[in-house]
Amino acid sequence: MTPSEYEFLKQFLKSRSGLVLSDEKQYLVESRLVPVTRRTGHKNLSALIADLGPRGSEELKNTVVEAMTTNESFFFRDKTPFDHFRKTMLPSMLTNRAGSKRVRIWCAAASTGQEPYSIGMCLQEDRGKTGGFRFEILGTDISSEVLEKARMGIYSQFEVQRGLPIQMLLKFFSQQGELWQVAPELRAMVQWRKLNLLQNFSHLGEFDIIFCRNVLIYFDQDTKRDILQRLAKQMPSDGFLVLGAAETVVGLTDAFEPVPDHRGLYRPRKSATTTRAPLGTTSPAQPAKGPVDPLNSPAFQKLRALRG
Amino acid sequence: MKHCLVVDDSSVIRKVARRILEDMDFSISEAEDGQQALDACKESMPDAILLDWNMPVMDGLEFLNKLREEEGGDVPLVVFCTTENDVAHIAKAIRAGANEYIMKPFDRDIIEAKFQEVGLI
Repeated sequence: MTPSEYEFLKQFLKSRSGLVLSDEKQYLVESRLVPVTRRTGHKNLSALIADLGPRGSEELKNTVVEAMTTNESFFFRDKTPFDHFRKTMLPSMLTNRAGSKRVRIWCAAASTGQEPYSIGMCLQEDRGKTGGFRFEILGTDISSEVLEKARMGIYSQFEVQRGLPIQMLLKFFSQQGELWQVAPELRAMVQWRKLNLLQNFSHLGEFDIIFCRNVLIYFDQDTKRDILQRLAKQMPSDGFLVLGAAETVVGLTDAFEPVPDHRGLYRPRKSATTTRAPLGTTSPAQPAKGPVDPLNSPAFQKLRALRG
Repeated sequence: MKHCLVVDDSSVIRKVARRILEDMDFSISEAEDGQQALDACKESMPDAILLDWNMPVMDGLEFLNKLREEEGGDVPLVVFCTTENDVAHIAKAIRAGANEYIMKPFDRDIIEAKFQEVGLI
């Protein structure tokens, strides 16, 4: 891979997925894309990159984006967010949604499904407290390949041993040889959908709780700000946002404020949400033409902010 | 420093486990079968036990049953670590008082995850 090929690949990934590769990530490209060349029959990385130009097939472009953006995931990754879910978010929702008895949860970078299923397991464990409530869990990811795995809910022995307590394995999985599959009732709790966070997602509706962990780290500052501000618009003022351990809103946006003593947990800032336009009036559901929705581009956000 | 007793009839497994656990700041002692492990526990109860199932003289399950009957035998956190990977074996181990269960092959990530699970780290 020559420097100009690497430069081309960087631009390609940035525009298609928002992924920002720094200059010293050649090793990452090699480790992710060399296996792709074997599957696609390209003789080396240069040949693969040459096929990503304007005449390249969409299928190949998607394969490359998916290979570069797929992340490793564990059940109950980092633990704390799930403690916050059971001890803080869920009790708050049980009180605040006592009328509608409906709680919507969105895992915005669901990867191979461990996070939505972990939330589902928390809800099953707390079933005694949640009588009559309906929980909708939506898992989205940019990669259709990982979503397919997520939907099947089949994991290797290795995957079910990192983060998943053994009692939960017995309770919520059935064994199929060396593999373990999530129980039907848990699989039925989660809906899956392919989604690129760079594109408009207002059509998904409002979510009480959004998990958006370990995905913003791949974007540049403007894109992070743009996504966070659009997430805030999908959320009621008493909603919760969960970010990854290495992520923060601080210095990016005023749309969210940290929940004290809850690392990684944020709520819409009151002043920010009271002035927002009601949902559904900002941009109608429509397939975005380019990778970035111009109505939600950082430049537009800035313009709107200036005009108050 | 917490103390972990590694019980396995394979010296290779004991060595691998020792290296991982020492990196996690545990002091280690080893036993080759359940009987040796029980003798060691009667002398002094460890904080944790990493326990194989199939061993000569006394197997892991029999050891666990005897350990839990000992005075102070409810203290050590016991993590099975075995090639037995079916639901029946796992359920039997949990009923006998195992705190966690590792299906071999294992690696550093799995040991760390399971030790974290039971509150050892």
